[in-house]
Amino acid sequence: MASKKMADGGLPVIARFEVRHRNYIAPDGSIKRPLPAFASDAGLLTALYRAMMLLRNFDRKAVALQRTGRLGTYAVSLGQEAVSVGVASAMREEDVLLPSYRDNGALIWRGVKLEEILLFWGGDERGNCFSGPLEDFPFCVPVGSQAPQAAGVAYAFKLRKQPRVAVCMFGDGATSKGDVYEAMNFAGVHKLPVVFVATNNQWAISVPLRLQTGCETLAQKAIAAGFIGEEVDGSDVVAIRAAAEAAIAAARDGQGPRFIEAVTYRLGDHTTSDDALRYRSADEVQARWKEEPITRLRSYLVGQKMWSKAQEEQLAAECHERVEAAVERYLATEPRRPESMFDHLYADLPEVYAAQRRELAGDGDV
Amino acid sequence: MSEVTLVEAVNLALARAMEDDPDVVVLGEDVGINGGVFRATVGLQARFGPERVLDTPLAELLISGLCVGMAAQGLKPVGEIQFMGFLYPCIDQLVNHASRIRNRTQGRLTCPMVLRTPHGAGIRAPEHHSESTEAMLAHIPGLRVVIPSSPERAYGLLLAAIRDPDPVVFLEPTRIYRAAKGEVDDNGEALPLDVAFVLREGRDVTLISWGAMLKETMAGADALVADGIAAEVIDLATLKPYDEATVLGSVAKTGRCVIVHEATRTGGFGAEIAALIAERALTSLLAPVARVTGYDTVIPMARLEQHMMPSVGRIVTAARKACQYS
Repeated sequence: MASKKMADGGLPVIARFEVRHRNYIAPDGSIKRPLPAFASDAGLLTALYRAMMLLRNFDRKAVALQRTGRLGTYAVSLGQEAVSVGVASAMREEDVLLPSYRDNGALIWRGVKLEEILLFWGGDERGNCFSGPLEDFPFCVPVGSQAPQAAGVAYAFKLRKQPRVAVCMFGDGATSKGDVYEAMNFAGVHKLPVVFVATNNQWAISVPLRLQTGCETLAQKAIAAGFIGEEVDGSDVVAIRAAAEAAIAAARDGQGPRFIEAVTYRLGDHTTSDDALRYRSADEVQARWKEEPITRLRSYLVGQKMWSKAQEEQLAAECHERVEAAVERYLATEPRRPESMFDHLYADLPEVYAAQRRELAGDGDV
Repeated sequence: MSEVTLVEAVNLALARAMEDDPDVVVLGEDVGINGGVFRATVGLQARFGPERVLDTPLAELLISGLCVGMAAQGLKPVGEIQFMGFLYPCIDQLVNHASRIRNRTQGRLTCPMVLRTPHGAGIRAPEHHSESTEAMLAHIPGLRVVIPSSPERAYGLLLAAIRDPDPVVFLEPTRIYRAAKGEVDDNGEALPLDVAFVLREGRDVTLISWGAMLKETMAGADALVADGIAAEVIDLATLKPYDEATVLGSVAKTGRCVIVHEATRTGGFGAEIAALIAERALTSLLAPVARVTGYDTVIPMARLEQHMMPSVGRIVTAARKACQYS
C-alpha cells in the first residue's frame, strides 16, 4: 500500500519549508510566551516606548505643519511605530540603515535630528545631510530600489571583512518588485551580512495585501532566496526588537542574510496627499486601533509597574517641548541660495554647468 | 608599447586600475572565468580573485544597484552590462540613485561607480543587442557619459572614469572592439574626461562624431580631400558633460558643421549640438548645421541594419552640401 507521502502520483517530496511567527505581548498587554532577555531591562523597554511616543507626537505635528502649508507631503507612521523603532534599536552605530520614506522612527533612533527630517519633507536636500550615522542612506522614495544597494553595501562589508550589517527597510508593496527579489537572491548566494525588513502594513496606498501577493506570508519569499524568513507581530515592539537582534547577530556572525516580515497596520493615510477612506472602511481601521503598538506596550509596562501616570505626563511634556523646539529650528532655517542646487551635482562642477550656475546667480556673464 | 585592439585596451585598463587600487571591483554576468562575452575581463578573475571579479546572477538592475551600494561604501565598482539593450533595467538606479546621491545628501554619500556596456549597431547581432541610446543617458544630470573611439582613448578614458569620483556610464563601441587597433602604452596614465579630441584639423567644415561612427567620419574626411575640402574631425568622447568650447571654437573657424551619429535622429545628441551652435555660433555659420544620423526607426536586424547607419557616402554628401551652400 502506498504511503501518504507517495499519494501524489507516487512523486516523492524533496523539500518542505516552514515559516515561524514571533509574538510576545498580546494587544491587551498580556504575555503570550516568555519574553527575551532584554525585556527585563526596564530602561530599554521604556526607551522604546519613549521613542514610539516621540514619533507619534512628531507625526501629529508634521501633519499639522503640512495642513497649514509649512511642510510638503509627509508619510505618517501612525500604527506602525514599533517596526522602525524596534529594528533600529537592535542595530549598532556602525551598521548601515537603508530606509524607506516611512522609516522616520529608525532615523530618529539613530540620531537624526527632528528638524533634519522636517527639512527633508519641507523640500530641502540639507535634511538628507543628516547628523545620524554618516554612512546611512537617505529615505528611499522609489519603492524597493534600496534593496540592491543594501546588497552592495553588505558586499563591501564582506569584502573588507568588517563586522557590520546592512539593514534594509521597505514596505509590503516593495516585495512585489524585482529589485527586492534580485537583491535577496544575490544576498543568499553570497551569504551577505544584510537584514531585509518588510513592514507589512496591509496597504500599498489603495492596494490591499491580497491583491499584492498570492503568498500566504511575505516571509516565505526569503525561502526562494535561500535563507530564513520570519513573520513577526509588527505591533509588538518586543517581538520586532528580538527578531531584529537575532537576525542582525546572525548576519554579523557570517550566517548570511535574514528576512523579517513585520505584520502591522497603517492606521493613517498613505501620505498627507492620500485619503484612505476612499478605499477602506472606517470600521476596519477602528478594529485595528485595538492592536496598535503604543497602547499595547504601555499596558504591559503599567502592569509590570515599569511605568507610571506621572512618567506618562512627564513624557508628554518632553515630547511636546522637543517637537516644538525642532519645528522652531526648522522654520528658522535660512533658505539656500538658488544657485546652491549646483553645489553637489558633481565633485567638481564641470565648466559648462558652472556657467549655468553663474546664470542662475545672476552673475550675467553668460 | 604594443598594438592592441580596443577591447584589449579595455582589459588593460581594468587590470591596471585593479592593480593600482584594491577598492576597484569588477562585476557583471560572465565576467569571471569566461572573461566577459566580448573578453573584456579575460584573465582578471585568475589574477584578482573571485571576490573582486564577481560573476553576478543574471539581473541587470541588481548589477547597477550593487554598484551604487558598493560605491557609497567607498569601493570603486565597475559593472558590466553585456549589451546596451540590457541596460534599460539599470535606468532606475542610474537616474534615481547613482547620478543624484551626492546631490540628495549634499555630499555626505557619493557614487564613484562605472557602468560599462557595449554600444551600437553593425555587428549583425540578435535583436536588442545593437542599441545606441546614448542621448537618453546624456540627459541625466549628475552622470558622465563617455564613449571612446580608439584603443588609446579606451584605455585612458576608462582609467579616468574609474578614478572619477562620480558615476560614469562607459559606452564601448562594439563594432570596432576588434577592428580598431592601435599602440597603447600601459603606463597607467588617464586621459581627461569632459574633453573632445580633435582627430584632424581642417578649415572648411567641422565633422563631429563619437564612438564607432568616427571610422566612417574619418573616411569621409579622407574622401573630401579629392574635392579640395579640408574637414576638421572632432571626437566628442564625453557626451555628458560635453566640450562645448571645442565645438564652438571649431565652428567659428570653419563656419560649417555636420554631426554624425548612428542613433536615431529625433532627440538624438546631434540635436543638442545643433542647438548649441544655433544659440552661440549663429553668426559664424555659413551653412545650416546638418545631421547625418540613424533613421527614426527601431534598429533593424542584421539584414537591414547597414541601411539605417550613416555611410561614408551620406557623410560626404552632407559635408559637400554644407560647403556648397551659399
